[in-house]
Parts: sequence; structure tokens; C-alpha cells
Amino acid sequence: MAVAASIAGEERSVQARMASPSRFGDKAFEWLTLAMALAVVVLIILIGWQLWIGSSVAIKKFGFHFLVTSTWDPVTEQFGALPFIYGTLVSSLIALLIAVPLGIATAAYLTELAPLWIRQPLTSLIEMLAAIPSVILGLWGIFVMIPWLRDYPFPLLKRLFGWTPFFSGPIYGPCMFAGGIIIAVMILPIITSVSREILRSVPDLQREAAYGLGATRWEATRIAVLSYAKKGLFGAVILGLGRALGETMAVTMVIGNTPQIAASLFKPGYTLASVLANEFTEATTDMYLQALFEIGLVLFGITILVNLLAQLLLRTIATTSATRAVQ
Amino acid sequence: MKSRNFTHKLLATVLLAGVSATASAQLMINGAGATFPYPIYSKWFDEYAKVDPSVRFNYQSIGSGGGQKQILAQTVDFGASDGPMSDDNLAKAPGKILHIPTVAGADVVAYNLPGNPALKLDADTIAGIFLGQIKKWNDPKIASSNPGVKLPDQEIVVVHRSDGSGTTYIWTDYLSKISSEWKSKVGTNTSVNWPTGIGGKGNEGVAGQIKQTPGALGYVELIYAVQNKMPYAEVKNASGKFVKPSLESITAALGTADIPDDFRFSITNAPGADAYPICGATWLLVYEQQKDAAKGKKLVEFLRWAAKDGEKMATDLQYAPLPDSLQQRVLKRIDEIKM
Repeated sequence: MAVAASIAGEERSVQARMASPSRFGDKAFEWLTLAMALAVVVLIILIGWQLWIGSSVAIKKFGFHFLVTSTWDPVTEQFGALPFIYGTLVSSLIALLIAVPLGIATAAYLTELAPLWIRQPLTSLIEMLAAIPSVILGLWGIFVMIPWLRDYPFPLLKRLFGWTPFFSGPIYGPCMFAGGIIIAVMILPIITSVSREILRSVPDLQREAAYGLGATRWEATRIAVLSYAKKGLFGAVILGLGRALGETMAVTMVIGNTPQIAASLFKPGYTLASVLANEFTEATTDMYLQALFEIGLVLFGITILVNLLAQLLLRTIATTSATRAVQ
Repeated sequence: MKSRNFTHKLLATVLLAGVSATASAQLMINGAGATFPYPIYSKWFDEYAKVDPSVRFNYQSIGSGGGQKQILAQTVDFGASDGPMSDDNLAKAPGKILHIPTVAGADVVAYNLPGNPALKLDADTIAGIFLGQIKKWNDPKIASSNPGVKLPDQEIVVVHRSDGSGTTYIWTDYLSKISSEWKSKVGTNTSVNWPTGIGGKGNEGVAGQIKQTPGALGYVELIYAVQNKMPYAEVKNASGKFVKPSLESITAALGTADIPDDFRFSITNAPGADAYPICGATWLLVYEQQKDAAKGKKLVEFLRWAAKDGEKMATDLQYAPLPDSLQQRVLKRIDEIKM
């Protein structure tokens, strides 16, 4: 009795402490966080506005043609961004095709299957991958990855799939495929660590229920864990994609920097971020600078668009799986 | 009470630190621009600190485009550029901008062939390769200048700079002078719409790709080819002689090229017998009328020192110094700067 009373008393005193003097503090805290959140929104709007201002003359001059033509000629000041848009999307897609299965499988191994002693070192190693400076990865790409790809995997792919347009033509080394692979290496850590956190947050009840029903390890992981975490894993992929679209330095060093649209992944390509990194510093004429600003605006737009599409897709996935659950 | 005391102390310390900082402050002269001459400029600023300790230089190698923009916006005391400013850009300046040439460099044709034989190339061949018309190493055009060299039946992988650069400006300026087709189809700029080839970022990127790709050919600054021990070709100059790129043959080009009074010159395809044809100078950009007299005076003193004593350090860093005749003209131009 006495103990209960003292606990009740303590509770009351805690409530009292929380209530009166901190009213102002609570409000201030609310305003402060609101201001911080708004600052981010304002920052995004300002960036968009600045890009718009910086490219207004180019937008007026080239109009819609900027997005659908392929000539990029600073001498005659003809500017079209299509090859860069294509390169950005294709290289990011290649990166996702490589990094998503790899990242999610690694995360599943780390949370479901790996012996306990290996989990932490392996996790740290993967996260260390994210700490490698982009330019170092690029140099590694030029001096190690590309020569190896050119001598072994690429000729093999050409022999097996050379009849498709994607793996045809001469192999130089720097190409769209190499760019995609470098991006995959760069987005692998974020996809893996976010996926790992998500899989870890799957309640153990799920797993126990699956094993209770006689599921094998594979079935339990697939049905009880991966399926349950689908929405979160999709979020991890989107985070990776956001990274992929904007990756600059390492991609620039291995993609070959040629503004062309070619079906073959062995042909060099170009991305929006790369052309900015390459040409911004030495652009001297006004229209040239304007066009580069517009490239920035297009990249900004694509990033926002991709995120919006992802949100929509996420919502559809959520609703369909919900209806399926009901049925 | 205690905390207020502490605040006072802190305030006093900060104020004191501020005062002592201004007392010992040197005059700071800000510059920005070209990356190509950055190594020699920073050497100059270092050495000049011993000559005149009262002035300090802050140079940011943000690229020639940035250098031109910043001198136009008057956010720096001097700009630096690997190419002369265009008439359009000069017209935007609030005052007259002087071009002060400092040093010169060369683009060399580097390549990667089995056995790395010494090659000789003439203007037509180089233009043909970069226009995508000469596609194989054993093309008769290459073979005719290189009797006795075994050229493989291999595709030429053209490598060019992907980033805007003074190196590319010199290269395309040369090609425009020797090939009317190049001039009409592509033109001269810090970056162009390349008819063929793959792009590498920076001299190191191009050098790396040439070294890693069998059959590759591209252009890099002389020093990168020397440092990377890459073979580079002798090029036939305007007077019909094959010349190896070197500091002497660059200075020879500077000595024989026709240099206009505003110093906005191009020395590619210079007429001299010993002149290497693919080279170019780099410039400092300063206003003729200096706004800040104290800074202007120090800047002029520095420019004079650079043109006389600074030039002697050029060869150590693999830059070609200006020939004496041009140096005299530059000194005269520096004297025209008004405070």
C-alpha cells in the first residue's frame, strides 16, 4: 500500500513538474522546430528560384526544344539536354539493378542469417564504403575497374548477349555501363544500411509465427520478413535512387562524357551532373552559362519528379497489399 | 555575477585579438581564374612574400571562365585566363581591362601503341583523326609520315578533355587554323561539340585513359606527358618541319608569332622553323585604372617583379617563359596601369 501511494505521489509530482513552468518552453520548442522545418522548404524553393532566374533567357530561347534535342555545341550556342537526361536516367537505372538486389540480400543476410559475431564488423565495413571520397572511387574506376571490365566481363557479355543492341559494338572501356557500376558501388552502402535497419525493425513475432507454421528459413525470410518490410525497403531504394541521380565526380571519370543516345551500354554516355561538373568553370559566354543553369534546373526537376512518382508508387503498393490482406 | 564576469573577459579577449590582428594585417590582393598556371603563380606568391612581406596574395584557381567573370564583377583585384577575353565580354567591363601574358605551355599528342614507337604527325592527319575520318592506325596518311614504323590494324580511340579548359581552347584553335572543315564544323572554344572520341576529366583523366586504353590517342599538357612518361608525337609545323614539343620550341613559337598590341594573341601554328605549332599563353587580367591606389601600387610592383624575376622560375616548373622582346613589351604595358 505504502509503496503504491509513494509511486502515485511521484507520478503526480512528475506531472506537476511537466505542466506549469514548461508551457513557454514547449511552445518555443515547437516554434523552433517549425522554423527549422520551414527553413528546409524555403531553401528548396530558393534553389529552384535561383536556377529559374539563372536560366530564364535560355528557357525563353530554346523553350521545350531544350529537353528534346541532342546537340550540345557551346561554339554555335545550340543547346539540347536530351542525351544528358537519358544518360542520367539510364546510368541510375543500371545502378539500381545492381545495387538493390545486392543491398537487400546483404541486409537480409546481416539481420536473418549471419552468425552474430560477424554482423557488426561486416556492417561497419559496408558503411566504410560510404566514406570513400568520390574522386578516389573515380580513380580506382579508371585504373582498376575499367581495365578489368574491359578485359574480362565485357567481352563475356558481348559473346553471350552481343546479339542484343545493349551489348553490341566496340568496347573502349569508359562507357555507360561502367558509369552505372560506379554509381552502384556508391549507393550500395545507403541501400544496405537503411534496409538493414528496416529488417531489424520487423517484430520477432512475425518470424516466430512463420517458424511456428513450419516455414523453412527461406520461407520465413521471404514471407514474414521481406514481404512485411516491403514498404520500408522501397523507401531505401528511393533514397538510393536520389543519390544515384546526383552522383557526379566518380561517374564523370568513367562514363566517357560523350553526349549521345546509344542503345549499347558499351558506348560512352553523359549525365546532367557530369556536364555541370565539366563545363561550369570555363563557361564564359552568357548563353552557355544560362544553358548550364537550365541543366541544373532539369536535374532539380527530375529529382523532385522521381520522388513524387516514388511516393505515388509507394501509396499504390500500400493500398494493394492492404486490400489483399483484407481479401 | 560569475557568468557576467566571464562574458566580459571573453569580450575583452576577442576585442584584443581583433585589434592585434588588424595591427599586423598585410595588404591582401585577391585573384582568381585559370588552373593551368596555378603551380607557377603560387610559387610566385610564395617567393614574392620574401621580396615584399607587407603584401599577401590569395589566388583561387576556379577556372578561366570564373576568372573572367570575377574580374568583370570586380570581386577580385586581378583575374587569370588561359584564353584572351572576347570582345563581347570586354564590352561588359566597367573599365579597360589589360591582358598581361605570363607564361606559355603546349598541348602534346600522346598515344598508346604496342612498343610505343616515336611518331610524326602532320596537321592534316591530326585534323582527320579528330574529325573521325582517319579511323585506323595503319591509315596511309599516318604511315606516309612514319616510314619504318609498324602500325597495327587497330582502331584509333580518340580521347579529349570533357571539362572546359584552356588546353582544349589551344587544341581547337590549332585545328581551326589548319583545317577549314574543323573551323566550319566544330570551331574554337574551351569546350566543343566533338565529332568523335571519349571525354576524360582533366589532364589526369585524359592521360589516365590514354595509358589504360590500347590504341588511344589524345592531347594533354606537355608536363602531364612528361610526368606520366607517355610517348608524344613530333608535329609538322607551318614551315614544314617536324618539331618535338619542348620549352624551347614553345618559346620559339612565342618569338615568331605575330603579337597584336592588346596582347590578345594566339600562337598556334606559328611560322618559325623551330616553333612547335600547338601552344598557347596564359594571361593575368587587370584594370588599367585601379580603384584602390594602395592595392594598385602593390599589384603593379608585383607584376613588374613577375615579368622580370618570376619568369626565371618558369622552366623549373615546365612552363615556357616569354621571349625577351615580348617581355619588354609586357613591362611597358604594366607601366600604363594608373592609380
